[in-house]
Amino acid sequence: MPTAMEIYKLLPKTNCGECKLPTCLAFAMQLANQKVSLDACPHVSPEAKAALEESGSPPIKSVSFGSGEFVVEIGDETQLFRHDKTFYHPTVLGLIADDAEGLEGMKAKMDAARAAEFERVGQIMRVNSVALRHSTGNPDEFVEAVKAAAAKDRPVVIMCEDASVAAKAVESCADKRPLLYRATPANLDQMVELAKGRSLPLVLGGASSLDELSQMADKAKKAGLADIVLEPAAGSSAETLENLTAIRRAAVKNRFRPFGYPTMMVLGSSEADRTRAALGVMKYSSVVLMEELPREFLYPLLALRQNIFTDPQVPIQVKAGLYAVGEPDEKSPVLFTTNFSLTYFTVRADIQKSKLPAWLLVVDTEGQSVMTAFAAGKLTPESVAKVIEDEKLKEKNVRGEIIIPGMVSRMSGKLNELTGLKVTVGPRESSGLPKMMKSLSG
Amino acid sequence: MGFELPKEKYGGRIKEVVIGATKEQGGTRSRSIVAGGSNGLAFHKFESESPNGPVVVMDVVDTVRMVPERLLESMGSALNDPVEWAKKCETEWGADACVLKLQSANPEEEDRPAEELAATTKKVLESVGLPLLVYGCGFEEKDAKVIEAVSNAAKGERLFLGLAEEKAYKSIAAASMANGHGVVAFSNLDINLAKQMNILLLDFGMKPENIIMDPLMAALGMGLDYSYSNIERLRLGALSGDPMLQMPMICDCSCAWDVPEAVEENPEHGEAELRGIHWEMLTAYAAAVAGADMVIMRHPKSVKLFRDAIADISGGV
Ligand code: B12
Ligand code: SF4
Repeated sequence: MPTAMEIYKLLPKTNCGECKLPTCLAFAMQLANQKVSLDACPHVSPEAKAALEESGSPPIKSVSFGSGEFVVEIGDETQLFRHDKTFYHPTVLGLIADDAEGLEGMKAKMDAARAAEFERVGQIMRVNSVALRHSTGNPDEFVEAVKAAAAKDRPVVIMCEDASVAAKAVESCADKRPLLYRATPANLDQMVELAKGRSLPLVLGGASSLDELSQMADKAKKAGLADIVLEPAAGSSAETLENLTAIRRAAVKNRFRPFGYPTMMVLGSSEADRTRAALGVMKYSSVVLMEELPREFLYPLLALRQNIFTDPQVPIQVKAGLYAVGEPDEKSPVLFTTNFSLTYFTVRADIQKSKLPAWLLVVDTEGQSVMTAFAAGKLTPESVAKVIEDEKLKEKNVRGEIIIPGMVSRMSGKLNELTGLKVTVGPRESSGLPKMMKSLSG
Repeated sequence: MGFELPKEKYGGRIKEVVIGATKEQGGTRSRSIVAGGSNGLAFHKFESESPNGPVVVMDVVDTVRMVPERLLESMGSALNDPVEWAKKCETEWGADACVLKLQSANPEEEDRPAEELAATTKKVLESVGLPLLVYGCGFEEKDAKVIEAVSNAAKGERLFLGLAEEKAYKSIAAASMANGHGVVAFSNLDINLAKQMNILLLDFGMKPENIIMDPLMAALGMGLDYSYSNIERLRLGALSGDPMLQMPMICDCSCAWDVPEAVEENPEHGEAELRGIHWEMLTAYAAAVAGADMVIMRHPKSVKLFRDAIADISGGV
């Protein structure tokens, strides 16, 4: 939002009072604090209005594609470094199906993309999108594939630089809001027309320089296209880093409007491409499309994306309380851990591996791991005793025992004193739990 | 008007630190290596210079208790002997340096005596020409003895000794100063603690060119997000001109092999060792992109992938 002074300069300065405020300056101050709406002044000029809307809008436009449950939102970032606040919209990862592979080949790729979904620390991580690319294949088959992909749930990217084929593909699924790829300096006008006609987001790429890319964006915007995605040249990681950094800085620091859009990278299937995908996740690429995503690489890449896009101020956490693992009864063992998601899900999975039912008591440590919380004084015998009390553990369970993480063996004595429960020190790593629990029951 | 790339110029520069000493420099290493020296964000070649790319230090652990079974099989029996392991790093795996982790000093496990570990260090030095870092086992009292013995046994070699922690740095710093070695200053994911550690060491009498800092690299999926941002902040602090943050940073990425998800059998996530290789590679790559001047790695295949990635992002041609 602009400051009161910036707004004041754009007002008529007649102090006519029709906005129900005594002066234009008073109005400007209220507007800067978002207490009034610009519409309250009937005299503001259209140019001033446009300028104010522009400067009040976010540095990078939010763009969405796809529809329904799996719709993705990209852009709307405000930072160069995640520690300054956070990165908001995780890089959208998509798998490319090329029509050189034929219809069946493309369908197999679509299925592979949809199957690539994992749960990690309580969140779903997935390949978000399917990209259909028209290269050397039959255009009809390509359109057919786009239609088939759009009929399913994942957002679709239509990759085709031939405007007439692209138009047919768009025709088959415009209501599913596909992302259209791409306008180049050679076909800019036709592609912009096509995207605009259907209000679809369009990728601009193929420019020989960032300057040219910015001119394309400017032109597309003036032609009335609202949703733009920028694809700068990305021959090597060095070039990728330079271009994506330039775009992000220009948008966020200099408010350079032609670059106030999300970005994108299209990669192949080599080892180098995998590295570039990781770079894109860390350094400002809103969409990364790849030809291949072997599982051994995909899972760590998704974990990297999850890490980079976690809000630095708020660790991923679960609610404190008493959780059942399996179907425990009043005699089943009770264990405690912290409410940091990573800790909770790791421990829970290890208990499940024992195939024995148990109660897992989750202590609120503000989302910190066992050792971090212990070192910071957020996991104490007192805090554990309090949850035991609050959850009425002794009424629900008659075993009279609690298993504690091996790393906090030092709290055993005090915890026993406070609760009267027998305190059993478990292994340091929860991976040792199956063995321990089997010996308890056996 | 034409789009102009918005460039940043910083006032600060990371200090260059030399690891290892050749004959001319008073040691016996076949070459020494330099870490640091950059005056910009990592790989921002378009606005700054980095005369020395990230240094790859390979792990050599003196007891394989800590090494997953699978790696022992695939990396070969050399892992059973630190001397053989170090040789492999030098001749086959392309390390710039090695870090000898003297885990067998652990008083709760093998509890090997200081003299024996000093002898191991000496043997490694005689068998390879690479510069060496030497870490103790993390038990303060024992490490004081071990590091002192190692320091004496390797006079003039310009080892980097670690890890110097806030509450237990004096013995390591003294051992370094006595024989012309450097120190690795450990701090716990906190920019102020990292700075504090450097100040303590300087106050103790160490020279800045003898310090590298380890700000704790948490592996991918195990808090990498915290480390990534901490490293970025440290780097920005150094570039904005704080001399207490201008020591090169080292990140131990071999911790990736301790992450259960990275190595467990789980066909849904692909073949385990290859997944582990990517896990370590991505941990190291994230460290380097955030600003690490040195990385510690274990698997030769991760090192290979990392080297290729660095070549691609350094834009050789
Ligand atoms: C990421 C991290 C942080 C993050 C926080 C992450 C978070 N949300 O908790 C940040 C940067 C904030 C942080 C801060 C600090 N940290 Co910290 N941190 C780490 C790090 C790198 C990873 C922790 C982690 O996520 N582990 C993964 C989870 C899953 O582990 P876990 O919770 O312990 O669970 C395991 C076991 O405990 C066990 N387990 C868990 N529950 C149960 C239950 C039962 C019944 C059983 C049997 C087992 C079991 O199994 C789990 C899987 O193996 C570790 C070092 C490391 N590599 O481990 C240091 C570490 C934990 N931190 C440490 C310290 C000292 C701190 C600080 C006090 C530093 C400081 N002076 O500022 C601060 C405290 C924060 C504060 N003041 O509020 C020390 C603790 C030292 C000690 N021995 O006491 C560590 C070990 C680093 C070190 N080597 O010095 N930290
Ligand atoms: S209505 Fe508009 S012109 Fe009149 S005082 Fe309010 S701001 Fe000024």
